[in-house]
Amino acid sequence: MGKEVLNLLKLEAALDLRQRAAWGGMLLYVVSAVYVCHLAMKDALAGTAWNALFWIILLFAAFNALARSFQREDQGRQLYLYTMVHPRSVVLARALYNALTMAVLSLLSLLFYALFLGDEPLSRADLLQFVLAVVLGGIGFAAVLTLISAIAARAGNGIGLMAILGFPVILPMLLAVMRASQLALQGAPWSDAGLLFLALAALDVVTITLAWLLFPYLWRD
Amino acid sequence: MKHWWWKFLAVALVLAASITALRTPLAPAIVHVEPATLQPGTRHAIEVLGYRTQFVPNEVIAYIENGGQFVPAGRVDVIDDTHARIHMYVPEGLREDMSDLLVTAPGAGTMRLFDAFYNPVKGSGATHDIAAEMTVHHRKGFAFPNRNLLYETIRNLNFHVPMWFTMMMLQTVSLVFSILVLRSGAELHDRGAVAAVHASLLFAMMGLVTGSIWARATWGGWWTTDAKLNGAAVTVLIYLAYLVLRGSVTDRAKRARLAAIYNVFAYVLMLLFIMALPRMTASLHPGSGGNPAFSQYDLDSSLRPVFYAAVLGWMGIGAWLLNLRYRLARLEILQEDARIR
Repeated sequence: MGKEVLNLLKLEAALDLRQRAAWGGMLLYVVSAVYVCHLAMKDALAGTAWNALFWIILLFAAFNALARSFQREDQGRQLYLYTMVHPRSVVLARALYNALTMAVLSLLSLLFYALFLGDEPLSRADLLQFVLAVVLGGIGFAAVLTLISAIAARAGNGIGLMAILGFPVILPMLLAVMRASQLALQGAPWSDAGLLFLALAALDVVTITLAWLLFPYLWRD
Repeated sequence: MKHWWWKFLAVALVLAASITALRTPLAPAIVHVEPATLQPGTRHAIEVLGYRTQFVPNEVIAYIENGGQFVPAGRVDVIDDTHARIHMYVPEGLREDMSDLLVTAPGAGTMRLFDAFYNPVKGSGATHDIAAEMTVHHRKGFAFPNRNLLYETIRNLNFHVPMWFTMMMLQTVSLVFSILVLRSGAELHDRGAVAAVHASLLFAMMGLVTGSIWARATWGGWWTTDAKLNGAAVTVLIYLAYLVLRGSVTDRAKRARLAAIYNVFAYVLMLLFIMALPRMTASLHPGSGGNPAFSQYDLDSSLRPVFYAAVLGWMGIGAWLLNLRYRLARLEILQEDARIR
């Protein structure tokens, strides 16, 4: 199982390397979104609004990035994949790969966001906490959206359906990370934020476990 | 008859609970005091406004309670049924920030206005002018608790909360049907799951409407940002999305399986959300964010039996709705099978 997952992870990475445009697309999406916000908001952002806007951008970036997770392969290749490996390995590898992707993408988003919309709110923040919240949030989005993306792809109805299915289930995650990052921005002590981070990590684990449990029912036709 | 008794029971419970909820009078209570700040060590003349009270001259006794100490009033002038003036000396050394007002009279019972007065000067306990023992009268007759801010809206407890309980029950039934779909793939189970979701959405809408009216009356807005309310919104959105997902797949077996997977996934995440998160954030809603649930208001347990009857009754109505739709689905499946043969 572990080896299967590792091989599948390598396959994902190889596929992504082959289609470098996809990564470029994801990044460009974030940069454009950030720049639009920069043009619209100028410097009128206080801490809370700065935080909220960042998460909204990241949320949409996650939907955009993960929509292709199960949509890029055709039926034939899917069938081939599932005869070779256990479906649970497939979903675990996808979830882990997506988590990695989102962790990197959210850090890059933070970089661009701070560049264009100002890093003034970060000056009073516990930076380690904020980065941890961003990474955990990115992983959480990936955990939730992996299975949602698989369902939407199976239903044969692209990103529109994914947004409808994804928004309500991602809301708990979104509210929790927004709260965690807000606490980090206020420079809250670890004793306050620790429990929230633990809850976030637990939520990530539960979500991936659910995807792992449910996926075998999904791939069969 | 043997099989329908529970439907009669449900209707009877809902009718009985609803009529009782609307017709039971509120217990008499003190709703306003003036002034609301105490100056320890001075005499006070406190104007008191009652709701549904019948103050009788010479029978009304009043106390101020602060940190377990009772300060008796010197004299109570009754102006009319609902107005009285309390003359009293407030001793120095009261311990707590807030004091309660207690007004008691034979027949009317003891009325307590929680946190009636603010006490700007704190000490370590009054040493004189306190009552060793308090006179307590008990009210006769059945009445709902009459509490600050809630007043008459407390009746809504018997409508608002049962809706959410019933909704959660139906969603759990739908979850069980969805798990059965994943195990068996039977169409009947899928139809059962969607029937439960339809019924649960009806109760969710009723819960939202009753909640919104209640929020307007007590909090001043039709909708507020609150953990409990977010939970309700997420729940409704999830099940609407479930219906959209079903609508966008035409193949029946595939639709059943996809919908079941989404249902299980969303149900577990929703459960985590509405159980865990409200406890972490501040909330206005009773039963979350450190707020006690309604049991604290129900000092003499008069709400409890009506509330339980309402919950059981509405759950029965929900089960009836589900039962009807499930049987209809079974008939439709049978009819289709017959046509194919």
